Amino acid sequence: MVTQATSFSRNGVADWIVQRVTAYILAAYTVVLVGYILVSGDMNYPVWRGLFNQTWMQVFTLLALLSTCAHAWIGMWTIGTDYIREHYFGSGADAIRLLYQVGCVLVIAIYLIWGVKILWGN
Amino acid sequence: MNKDHRPINVDPADLARFKWPIPALTSISHRIAGVVLFVGIAFGLYALDMSLSSEAGFERLSAMMASPLGMLVTFGLLAALSYHFVAGIKHLLLDLEIADSLEGGQFAAKATILFSAILIFLSAIWVTQG
Repeated sequence: MVTQATSFSRNGVADWIVQRVTAYILAAYTVVLVGYILVSGDMNYPVWRGLFNQTWMQVFTLLALLSTCAHAWIGMWTIGTDYIREHYFGSGADAIRLLYQVGCVLVIAIYLIWGVKILWGN
Repeated sequence: MNKDHRPINVDPADLARFKWPIPALTSISHRIAGVVLFVGIAFGLYALDMSLSSEAGFERLSAMMASPLGMLVTFGLLAALSYHFVAGIKHLLLDLEIADSLEGGQFAAKATILFSAILIFLSAIWVTQG
C-alpha cells in the first residue's frame, strides 16, 4: 500500500528551494548577530535591548524565526521518512511517524508563538 | 525489477561493517547537528526571553552562562551551529556545481571538518573567556 506522507509543500522541488532560501536567510542572520556581539565587546543590557528595539532587527529576527520553522520542518520530515519505516519499526511505523510529525509540528508552533511573544511581548 | 544486488534496506547492525568515507561522516554529522539545533532552539529562545526581559534578567542569564553547566550547554549549541553552518555552506556551494565531483566532494568534506573545527575552537574560547 502506498501511503502519502506529506512534505512541507507536497512538492519536492518546492521543499528543496525553501530549504535553500531559508538556509541563506539563517546564515545571514547568524553572521549578523554573531558579528554584532563580537564587535560590541562587553555586551550589556541597554545595547542588547537597543538592538532588539530596532525595527530592522525585529523584522530580521522574525524572518529568521519563520525560516527556522520551515527549515526545521523539512529537515525533521526528511529524517522521519528516512528512518521511521516498516523495515525498522514494524507494522506500526506509519502511526509512529505520524506521532513524530505531529510532535515536530507542535514544537515548531510553540517556537514560533514563543518567539513572537519575546519580540513584541516583553 | 532490481537488476543489481544493492540492498534496499540497511539494518542498523550492518552500519559498523560499512565503509564510512569522510563525505559520509560529514553528511550524517550535518544531520545530527541539525537535530541538536532543533532541540537547542528551546534553549536559545529561553535565553533570548530572559536577556530581553529586564536588566536583572540579562544579568541572571549572564550568570547562568558563566556556570559550568551553562558554559557546557552554550558551547554544545555553538559547536552544533558552527558545524551545521559550515556543512550547510558546502551544500550551497554544491548547488553552484562547486566541488561536486568525487575528488571535489572528498576535498570539501575535509574543508568542512577544518573550518568547523576552527569555529568550534573559537566558540570554546568565547564561552570560557567570560
